[in-house]
Amino acid sequence: MNASKRDLLKRGFFSATLAAGLIWAAALPAQAADANAAPDQLIRQLSLETLDAVKSDKAIQAGDIQKIINLVDTKVMPHVNFQRMTSSAVGRFWRQATPVQQQRLQEEFKTLLVRTYAGALTQVKDQTIALKPLRASADDTEVVVKTEIRGKGDPIQLDYRLEKSSGLWKIYDVNVLGIWLADQYRNSFAQEIGANGIDGLIKTLTDKNQKAAAGNGKA
Amino acid sequence: MRARLGPVLRAFALLCLALMLSACASLRGPGAPGQKLDPWESWNRKVFNFNDAIDEHVLVPVATAYRDIVPAPVRLSIDNFFGNVNDAWSTINLILQGRLKAGLEQGMRFAVNTVLGFGGLLDISTEVGLEKKSEDLGKTFGRWGMGTGAYIVWPIFGPSSVRDSLALPWDYAASPSLVFKEGSAKVAIYSLQTINARANFLRASQMLEGIALDKYTFYRDAYLQRRGSFSDDDEYEVLTPEKPQPPAENPQAGH
Repeated sequence: MNASKRDLLKRGFFSATLAAGLIWAAALPAQAADANAAPDQLIRQLSLETLDAVKSDKAIQAGDIQKIINLVDTKVMPHVNFQRMTSSAVGRFWRQATPVQQQRLQEEFKTLLVRTYAGALTQVKDQTIALKPLRASADDTEVVVKTEIRGKGDPIQLDYRLEKSSGLWKIYDVNVLGIWLADQYRNSFAQEIGANGIDGLIKTLTDKNQKAAAGNGKA
Repeated sequence: MRARLGPVLRAFALLCLALMLSACASLRGPGAPGQKLDPWESWNRKVFNFNDAIDEHVLVPVATAYRDIVPAPVRLSIDNFFGNVNDAWSTINLILQGRLKAGLEQGMRFAVNTVLGFGGLLDISTEVGLEKKSEDLGKTFGRWGMGTGAYIVWPIFGPSSVRDSLALPWDYAASPSLVFKEGSAKVAIYSLQTINARANFLRASQMLEGIALDKYTFYRDAYLQRRGSFSDDDEYEVLTPEKPQPPAENPQAGH
């Protein structure tokens, strides 16, 4: 796929690995971050603390996937509404899923993303993060916070959709290089559900995750 | 050789034109109501699989060998060199898009790297804070109001859309091979360009394999979303730690 890959690359897709990692990394020391603050302040704090955490953690740089996954689970998830992200990706089929199926979908989707991005985290070296001024009024309950990661080559666009729910800001979608993740998976999920049903999708995700776990070996 | 290629090329051009025209109705981009994003899916899938086989059996092995054999500083210089030519093309496109300030900045990048960076072998501009911002003619068409249109996978050239196919001849011509007249030199430059790009993409493509359920669908949706989205030229604020934290002060310092 010669030029197609070049094409994606030319537009900086290569760096997606990194960017993707920072999504999760962004919230590693999240306990310290204040979810009551303005959404851009939350992202600012998470971004800064992440870079510090990754740059100063030899185990993460060395590729300790399990360590990163544990950190993400305990620290990131409090700031992410993963149910909303999953339901958005699953689309109209979400309502047809039983609560158990919804739970399984959420878990497997999360594992899929976290495991992959954890690998990208090991690539963080001398990048800096830049934040765009927030354009929202004080009473907005849904905002987009835009950032970019700067290193070699094109900056990596990394935007967050946040919602305010009972006074707390939570991330519910992430945009890497112009691609919103929930949108990115909608067709893929619909295709799988169309062919094999919701259980089919759960099985496919589970298989992929197990394969990745086996491949990593380190975990 | 050329005489024999002529009719083939003409037939190909006609075919392209026919495809374009049939797809013109769909030039509203993804999300437009009642529009099929991928009306030629079954054909596209065949081409995608063909490209994928070439990638797996030719490009990946060559790019991997390139990465393992050629020393990193040499690869970096080659990458910078192609990137510099790309900056010139971005400059032209930013101006075409009416983004004069950003265009000027990319023009500065090109000038600085060409003059002080030995023809683009060094990327000094990034060091002095001139951020790279890549634009191409397909994106320029988009800025002018053209939607991406239907998805097309070209043999060898890979994922594209109706809009980007119209821009493809120019976007591919914007290469250092432009200055060479001989066919063999052009081929050599394009080959190196391709190998360099594929080598850079090795890690990311592995990652994509890991998170894609159906590779074809995944690449298609990523392509259309990415090519259909536009950023603005607002200033960013570079984040620096507010108060010096002992361990974070020196990023290289371990605990």
